[in-house]
Amino acid sequence: MLKFDHVSKVYKGGKRAVQDLNLEIEKGEFICFIGPSGCGKTTTMKMINRLIEPTEGRIYINGKNIMESDPVQLRREIGYVIQQIGLFPHMTIQENISLVLKLLKVPEAKRRARARELLTLVDMTPDYLEKYPHELSGGQQQRIGVLRALAADQPLILMDEPFGALDPITRDSLQEEFKKLQRKLEKTIVFVTHDMDEALKLADRIVIMRDGQIVQCDTPDEILRNPVNEFVEEFIGKDRLVQARPNIQTVEQIMNPSPVTITGDRTLSEAIQLMKQHRVDSLLVVDELKNLQGFIDVEIIDQKRKKASLVKDVVETDIFTVEKQTLVRDTVRKILKVGMKYVPVVDDKHRLVGIVTRASLVDIVYDSIWGEDEWTKIG
Amino acid sequence: MDTILQFFSMNGSEMLYKTWEHLYISVIAALLGILIAVPLGVALTRFPKGAGFVMGVLGVIQTFPSFAILAFFIPLLGVGKTPAIIALFFYSVLPILRNTYTGVNGVQKSLLEAGRGMGMTGWERIRYVEVPLAIPVIMAGIRLSTVYLIGWATLASFIGGGGLGDYIFSGLNLYQPEFIIAGAVPVTLLALLTDLLLGKVEGWVTPKGMKKMREAA
Repeated sequence: MLKFDHVSKVYKGGKRAVQDLNLEIEKGEFICFIGPSGCGKTTTMKMINRLIEPTEGRIYINGKNIMESDPVQLRREIGYVIQQIGLFPHMTIQENISLVLKLLKVPEAKRRARARELLTLVDMTPDYLEKYPHELSGGQQQRIGVLRALAADQPLILMDEPFGALDPITRDSLQEEFKKLQRKLEKTIVFVTHDMDEALKLADRIVIMRDGQIVQCDTPDEILRNPVNEFVEEFIGKDRLVQARPNIQTVEQIMNPSPVTITGDRTLSEAIQLMKQHRVDSLLVVDELKNLQGFIDVEIIDQKRKKASLVKDVVETDIFTVEKQTLVRDTVRKILKVGMKYVPVVDDKHRLVGIVTRASLVDIVYDSIWGEDEWTKIG
Repeated sequence: MDTILQFFSMNGSEMLYKTWEHLYISVIAALLGILIAVPLGVALTRFPKGAGFVMGVLGVIQTFPSFAILAFFIPLLGVGKTPAIIALFFYSVLPILRNTYTGVNGVQKSLLEAGRGMGMTGWERIRYVEVPLAIPVIMAGIRLSTVYLIGWATLASFIGGGGLGDYIFSGLNLYQPEFIIAGAVPVTLLALLTDLLLGKVEGWVTPKGMKKMREAA
């Protein structure tokens, strides 16, 4: 629905705010532009409704080059929400909401009805219609700011850090409310922010920009999982990567790669010695090729040492394993819910490659609380 | 007391006429000032560089002695009401222009961006956003300038413009204090009443939302 084709913007004095930007946005998509200040995210957004005109390249909306439309007409077809909210203090809420309709020469009665209808979308009562902006709280004002951008049922809405000036609690509830609204109305949203949490929460795709160029453009999950470079990692923030780790890491990354093992041809007394030596209460039983056979633990040895002498005679083969590509979060659930003390990790040929114990989980939780010391080693 | 009554019975109707004349000269000059200065003030906000120059020139004109200006128009426009009105008009422009410029310039930039972003034309921005929001400041300029003009309009008498100035200057020339008083007191009253009235007008034309906002603040 929206397409950037080799778009550049050069300001007077030669500063290149946006360089050769290519991007395609689907209908109904929620796109967040994010980056440090001066990265060109706002310039990029404002080029869409021609508040800033591109120097090179073309921007298409539904296949139509925007430079061929009349800018005023174009802007009336695109919703626009700004950080400073920008409600007109001398107009009532009703007049504010329906201002675009007034510009479009929609008759008064229809405008009034539309304002009333929109107000219900954000759970505000019709008596607000006759109030003035200063009588509303900041959060309510920005709700009206958003409604104003929806008034003419514009399919595309541009938002320039719309929740940036609100207090954190209001911001949070507004973000959620807005995300729901967007899904319900199936609007295409281009949203500029410098708040990574906001972007991760709202966006279908995040466009990370630096120096006028796109550094990475992906879904929030993908960006967390595979940041393309250090800049993106830095920008996402170590905290978030660490917090996101249990969800995105594979078992292989957190397992202990050298579990204590024993082969089946050893005796039980050797086994118990090995346990004592490593201070563990169970051993994984493998063959010479490291194929996992099962396990023995101190309980089994205690019960059966009278009847048998070799490990392979008493090995418990009913054992739960995970493959090394499994996500940590799935394993965590199994360990915590099922109450297993450990889970052996195997590769696709059922060879033992490591073990995840409850102690490994402690590490993960520790990291997400205390920071990234271990993370730098792994990452 | 008797002298006052006697004066009224002799000159009452003439006095009313002169008062009307006086008001007429000042109000027409002020209206002309509004007609020119408000649009010019709005236009100047579009050219901030030219604005300083225009205001500077008008500031200099403002410092010319009013007598000089009146005399200056005699060779060009002769005597009578018209040159008086035009000379006074020059004085009314600057306060209105300056206030219009300041008022419109003082409109929050974020509101203009919101207006532009939602697809207002330049004209719509002036009409729906800038002028309504600048109205209180513009009105203050109009009020100030009109009250000044009522004072200055006494000088119109010098170039045959009539008005209450006639009384004041005949009084001065003939050493008749009652004429001076008969001119000065109505002028003062006129100025005070006009100020009061324009204060009310300011209230009427200020958008309701802004009045409420100021009450709340």
